[in-house]
Amino acid sequence: MVRQRGILDWISHGILLLGVLVVAFPLYVTLIASTQSLPEIQQAPMSMLPGSHAVENYTRALTQGSSLGSTAPVARMMWISFVTAMVIALGKIAISLLSAFAVVYFRFPGRMLCFWAIFVTLMLPVEVRIVPTYEVVSSLGMLNSYAGLTIPLIASATATFLFRQFFLTVPDELVEAARIDGAGPMRFFRDVLLPLSRTTIAALFVIQFIYGWNQYLWPLLVTTQENMYPVVIGIKRMIVGGDAVTEWNLVMATAVLAMIPPALVVVLMQKWFVKGLVDSEK
Amino acid sequence: MATLTLRQVQKTYDNGVAVLHGVDLDVADGEFIVLVGPSGCGKSTLLRMVAGLETVTGGDISIDGKVVNKLEPADRDIAMVFQNYALYPHMSVFDNMAYGLKIRRMPKDEIRTRVEAAAKLLELSHLLDRRPRALSGGQRQRVAMGRAIVREPKVFLFDEPLSNLDAKLRVQMRLQIQQLHRRLSTTSLYVTHDQVEAMTLAQRMVVMNGGRVEQIGSPTEVFERPASTFVASFIGSPPMNLLEVDIDAQGVARAGGVAVSLPEGSVPPALRGKRVIVGVRPEHLETGGDIAAELEMVETLGSEQLIHLRFAGQPLIVRCDTRTDLIGAAPGAAMHFHVGDASQVHWFSLEDGKRI
Repeated sequence: MVRQRGILDWISHGILLLGVLVVAFPLYVTLIASTQSLPEIQQAPMSMLPGSHAVENYTRALTQGSSLGSTAPVARMMWISFVTAMVIALGKIAISLLSAFAVVYFRFPGRMLCFWAIFVTLMLPVEVRIVPTYEVVSSLGMLNSYAGLTIPLIASATATFLFRQFFLTVPDELVEAARIDGAGPMRFFRDVLLPLSRTTIAALFVIQFIYGWNQYLWPLLVTTQENMYPVVIGIKRMIVGGDAVTEWNLVMATAVLAMIPPALVVVLMQKWFVKGLVDSEK
Repeated sequence: MATLTLRQVQKTYDNGVAVLHGVDLDVADGEFIVLVGPSGCGKSTLLRMVAGLETVTGGDISIDGKVVNKLEPADRDIAMVFQNYALYPHMSVFDNMAYGLKIRRMPKDEIRTRVEAAAKLLELSHLLDRRPRALSGGQRQRVAMGRAIVREPKVFLFDEPLSNLDAKLRVQMRLQIQQLHRRLSTTSLYVTHDQVEAMTLAQRMVVMNGGRVEQIGSPTEVFERPASTFVASFIGSPPMNLLEVDIDAQGVARAGGVAVSLPEGSVPPALRGKRVIVGVRPEHLETGGDIAAELEMVETLGSEQLIHLRFAGQPLIVRCDTRTDLIGAAPGAAMHFHVGDASQVHWFSLEDGKRI
């Protein structure tokens, strides 16, 4: 390999450092701010060194929440976010697996129509259908409930499409061998397809968990009570506008807390995630 | 142990394409039958219909006298070995072989006994915990056969099981399949396009062409008395020499006006005055004699030589041993040959290629 030394090295490293700075600096500020007391933050310029109120801030955020704006404890919000994200991720995977299974392995009238109908919805972002969906959810009395937070987001064209593509690569002989072995369709699904898809499932779980956790617009619409706020909404609600004082130290602590679960999921499932995206085990 | 009977079995796809035009076959209990033919002749389709993977659009397939046309593959009591093995990649060798038995809710001890017995028979005992990915092609093929054996089915179906293996392994596996059949004597149906496989494995072979059965018979029968020009040219390598000849009133055969002197008594009197096809295998032609031809090429294969000739504008092949001195025989040189034995001359009708 030819190695370019000298000035080019300096430039490329400089660009990389700049990139790291752009990404990392806001995170650093958040982390620092979450360890300071409110008066300390309000000084201009704010100190860039860690303060001494870390334990106090985090405990207060987790157990009591802000005294202004949203007053729900962050622990409650994180629990809501966690349940929502899990239900969305697992629900999406379950439904997509089954619908892809139906589209690939069963011949029924309108099979291709079903597939294209699913495929076309890939092109429609949630925002386009948000008003009618809200109308439906509110008429069904699902506002401020886990059902309202999750069900409208569960159907997934992307995941269905991904599983369909994966199922198409499974050799037909495998299906035939299973038929001769006496496995019915659901047995084949459970014993053969599911284990073969597990890396794909893992990769999708990571993506969909983060998608569910980071939902903002939809929870903003369907939650009006503090005890059903997911953490992302909670952060927004803790920031009070106008003349009132926002407890920035608590907002920052909440933001840090909100970042932990998705980061954990990625770190813990990294091996599977990469495997699922890169190779298909056949 | 079972018989397998096909009665006028037909297959027409939904789009109107017919691939099988009525196949009749009686397989006796414990018999090893090989379906052989060029690709696209319908042999695999026929096997898959017996397996229940393709619907039967005409005629009847019966196993042990019971019509199975409408039965699911699992209810037919058959086992199939696929060309690309079709092993479950996420299961160990043991689980691959045991899966069919588990579905049938067989007791665990019995499954273990059966799988271990089959593994021993196929020399797979030390590989039972491995995944298929960690096995060689030959081992995978043995696992696929093991999966079929543990089921103890009425009929074994093989769909070109050796064509993904290299030449050396194929010979080994061929022997192994033969030994296996001798031990288990399960009725077997074996599909291949390889005539050597067909000749060596078959008790009887079924030569198929274009969705029809050309000939059913023992390998020797098919080789020595081919029922049609198709069989004559498909079985045997190099293929039988076929020459279009006119037979005059005196019983002399002429190809393109040139007289072909055949051994005395080899031309049936009934053919006089007709245009027919005469067939002689390359090994029954001998160098020297009174038929003159032009030499095109000599192939030396080590144990034998193939002499490619052109006679009356048509290609012919003579097979002879390496002792025959052909040094200096340049392309274009004149060469003489003759037919060795009158009993080795075959006659076929010009119209339908059938044996006369």
